[in-house]
Amino acid sequence: MNADKVLDAKGFACPMPIVKTKKAMNELETGQVLEIHATDKGAKADLTAWAKSGGHDLVNQAEEDDVLKFWIKKG
Amino acid sequence: MPVNSMTAKEVAKKVVNKESFFILDVRNEDAFQDWKVEGENVQYLNIPYFDLLDGVEEILPQLPQDKEVLVVCAKEGSSIMVADMLSEEGMTVSYLQGGMKAWSEHLDPVKVGDLKDGGELYQFVRIGKGCLSYMVVSNGEAALIDATRMTEVYMDFAQEIGAKITHVFDTHLHADHISGGRKIAETTNATYWLPPKDAQEVTFDYQPLEEGQDVTIGNTTINIQPLYSPGHTIGSTSFIVDDTYLLSGDILFIDSIGRPDLAGLAEDWVGDLRDTLYTRYKELSDDLIVLPAHFMIMEELNEDGSVSEKLGTLFEKNHGLNIEDETTFREMVTGNLPPQPNAYQEIRETNMGKINPDEEKQREMEIGPNRCAVR
Repeated sequence: MNADKVLDAKGFACPMPIVKTKKAMNELETGQVLEIHATDKGAKADLTAWAKSGGHDLVNQAEEDDVLKFWIKKG
Repeated sequence: MPVNSMTAKEVAKKVVNKESFFILDVRNEDAFQDWKVEGENVQYLNIPYFDLLDGVEEILPQLPQDKEVLVVCAKEGSSIMVADMLSEEGMTVSYLQGGMKAWSEHLDPVKVGDLKDGGELYQFVRIGKGCLSYMVVSNGEAALIDATRMTEVYMDFAQEIGAKITHVFDTHLHADHISGGRKIAETTNATYWLPPKDAQEVTFDYQPLEEGQDVTIGNTTINIQPLYSPGHTIGSTSFIVDDTYLLSGDILFIDSIGRPDLAGLAEDWVGDLRDTLYTRYKELSDDLIVLPAHFMIMEELNEDGSVSEKLGTLFEKNHGLNIEDETTFREMVTGNLPPQPNAYQEIRETNMGKINPDEEKQREMEIGPNRCAVR
């Protein structure tokens, strides 16, 4: 999947993955996609809920070798 | 204003003492709805931490000025962040050290009583998850029943009181939490007992626990009499300790009864459950003190934080023991089942020795309430 920006939040514990995601998202235009890599298991539920509450679209997610990957389209 | 850190032990004490305080839970809504720090005099506000990244000014009017405010999250990181923000606004707040993970793992030993020929019975209360385990001590020997995976707590406690753990029992194959029984038995060279009907798929050696096989702890002082009591699982076994205490496992709780569906089909075991509760238990002395393996609501806690009640009182007051009509009972038990405990199949497989998840994974599997009862 094509992303406009990739954020590496691996190794960071909650709340940092979301804090960094929010900051990175601010630099994108509506419709652009941010790809996030995280290792904190809590990121799964939290990014999903955060995207929903912020009006963004979680378009895809995957798990590869203990790395959680998310693709969020800015709303 | 400084931010205070509060341990799970301190929060547990507040809950047991029915203190009034306020919890700002910053986990996401699903997590909060599923499971939280319960207390009779606790007020709550749930706002996910990610909605507070731009500031906490908006929620200030919703926080009390005259009450202690405790910020809670899953692991503690987000609660520290939010507590710091509140502190910058001039509030005095605390956060829960270790978050809900620490809350789930916290264990408090409470002495339930003295035994007739010396010795004591202790109940280990896992307040966050509602799990109860037991240590019977006599003459320098100790037996453990339904130990949780926080194995050091029991081993340290035994050492402190100068007792050697010689027998470890599980009343049944648990589906809501990972048993620490096997690990403790391996570490202390104790005998690990399991009901064989629940242990058909286990991958390790165990001592089969069967009715009529008394186990003695200490110098012939305490008898642990197993009583076959199927219903929650097909192998579920209760214990009568010192002719005084009925350790009822997940069959009978204070304000509810065990659910029969976590290891098979509810329809198959509801008859066993009925028979155990309405026939086998009915034949026992009303004076026995029931010590269950779970509690579900804080109202079930006694003033000292322990959970116990006379069998006679339960026959009067527990709704699940007072349904005369068998069909109504069957409908209540099979038609009224709450959601299953988190990851209950994986937890059962772990307790059978089929899978060996690491500690982090085990923690995650145990998140949430026990959900072993039906009301």
